[in-house]
Amino acid sequence: MSTTTAHSVVAPGRRTRFVAGLLVVIYALVTMVPLAWIFLTGFKTPPDSISYPPKVVFEPSLEGYVNLFTTRSRQTPEYMESLPPPQTWYEELVRSRHMVIAGPSKFGERFLNSVIIGFGSTFLSVFLGTLAAYAFSRFKVPLADDLLFFILSTRMMPPIAVAIPIFLMYRTVGLSDTHLGMIILYTAVNVSLSVWLLKGFVDEIPREYEEAALIDGYTRLQAFVKVVLPQMATGIAATAIFCLIFAWNEYAFALLLTSGTAQTAPPFIPTIIGEGGLDWPAIGAGVTLFLLPVLVFTILLRKHLLRGITFGAVRK
Amino acid sequence: MSQQEISSSVAEQVAGRTPAGVARKVRGLSDRAIAWIFIAPTIVLLLAINVFPLIWTVYLSFTNFRANRPNRDVEWVGLRNYERVLTDSDIWHNMLVTSHFLFWTMFFQVLIGFGLAWLINKNFRGHGVWTTIILLPMMLSPAVVGNFWTFLYQPQIGLFNYVVSFFTGADPSSFQMIGSVDLAPWAIVIVDTWMWTPYTMLICLAGLRSIPDYIYEAAEVDRAGPFRTFWSITLPMVMPFLMLAVLFRAIENFKMFDLVVELTSGGPGSVTELASINLKREAFEKWRTGLSSAFAIILFVTVFGAANIYVKALNTVKSR
Repeated sequence: MSTTTAHSVVAPGRRTRFVAGLLVVIYALVTMVPLAWIFLTGFKTPPDSISYPPKVVFEPSLEGYVNLFTTRSRQTPEYMESLPPPQTWYEELVRSRHMVIAGPSKFGERFLNSVIIGFGSTFLSVFLGTLAAYAFSRFKVPLADDLLFFILSTRMMPPIAVAIPIFLMYRTVGLSDTHLGMIILYTAVNVSLSVWLLKGFVDEIPREYEEAALIDGYTRLQAFVKVVLPQMATGIAATAIFCLIFAWNEYAFALLLTSGTAQTAPPFIPTIIGEGGLDWPAIGAGVTLFLLPVLVFTILLRKHLLRGITFGAVRK
Repeated sequence: MSQQEISSSVAEQVAGRTPAGVARKVRGLSDRAIAWIFIAPTIVLLLAINVFPLIWTVYLSFTNFRANRPNRDVEWVGLRNYERVLTDSDIWHNMLVTSHFLFWTMFFQVLIGFGLAWLINKNFRGHGVWTTIILLPMMLSPAVVGNFWTFLYQPQIGLFNYVVSFFTGADPSSFQMIGSVDLAPWAIVIVDTWMWTPYTMLICLAGLRSIPDYIYEAAEVDRAGPFRTFWSITLPMVMPFLMLAVLFRAIENFKMFDLVVELTSGGPGSVTELASINLKREAFEKWRTGLSSAFAIILFVTVFGAANIYVKALNTVKSR
């Protein structure tokens, strides 16, 4: 309860505000520790990453990032000496561990898959969502409530439950482990969010705008494209970021339906193995690179977060 | 004070269409045609990728089909798969594990989330920035979060164990958060709470901000004490928001897979084996497609039924 009782309940007193602020800041700092830790681990050497007590102060190294993007092989000292001097700083770093770079790792590829599938499915689900949202908002659609509820209810299914027949379906039509297959699947999952969110945004645009355009002789489609769409820009951007983050983060379908060509980063990152166990600095580097875009997007999105996470049920 | 609302019914929002006079003047495609052209692609996609697979799952649940032997003859086995799922003690164990996870994650997230929202609502300086920072964990990939928490939970070298031993004096290698039968169920609750408390917080904050100042002013005029004000104004008015947060989180946590699979993969033994994790095992490791389809349908019906009952309760609270 508030520490001051004499003041107005509506405007909290200075001391109340200070104590509340202090507690929230403490919580925020504690909650950031795990993220900060994995970020720091990305810049440690493998021995530093598993030292006891855990090292907070250490000499930063890019070994984790080098290991993340390369595969390496251990060589005999004789072979190492027979090599010409290293050409690049990362070659030198790897040589100092008595290893040579054997080639690029799969991380780059997996990351690129995440980008392709994320953007592809986001584009499609926002496109479909915009059209459907406009129709639901502006026209008398028979059974509109039922259709909207149906669209939402597709989100309640456990992903594994749908994965069984989708796995069979994709195997039959040759979509398993393809970018297109994953894009279609993520679009289907995201379109429910997209329709609900965008409908909320369209509902907020006064219909007088289009009606004026219609009276001026625009067709309904022209009015939609030239009057409503520009008004929806913010809503579309916010919805797109939500869809992108979902596709970016998704794991269950990616795990079950992809194995090589179309595998995204989330199932891949935990499998990064170094010599003698998991290569924590490389994982730290991978996690950092993977989470960074989401952190940036979250900050851009902060005003619309509430709406997004509740499917538009609660809005500001 | 920003205004927030829980949109009450879809019908209400759709109300107030283009007047007939305007509609008649429109050239080009009729509104009706456009409505269908705009909605059809979404519906077709959902029918193909959601409904059709669901119907197929229902069909498979009555057969002994095995996805790893597609050429074997498929036999109709009636309700036998359902019978086996409902009498399987492992599956009941999964449900127990899921309930434990569900109950405690909801408990902590409601408690801490509401507390935080209540503190943030005191509008101290800089609350916007700190709120954004607190929100970050929930936007991250659950699988990746689970993965890096295994690092924090390492016995001996993990930061979590180190911090606990720093404050309690216990030897950091004396306990294993994800290796011990007693602690593992709490290990997953801790990570889920870390990740999703911001969710309840954000929704509670919206609830707190939706309470108009004049109600508090009236309470003050009536000389209601802070406790009284909290119990008879703040809590009841935030309740619908809180219940909505719990609904969304409970559905997600009932389906929980990614975070926990990466964290413990259901172990040690099966003490953290949630329903979805076992479902994945039955379907994609043991390849008992028929049985796992029945299991999936039972899970889906459970979520769907529970959510419907819950929404009715929510509407009762809201209308009060």
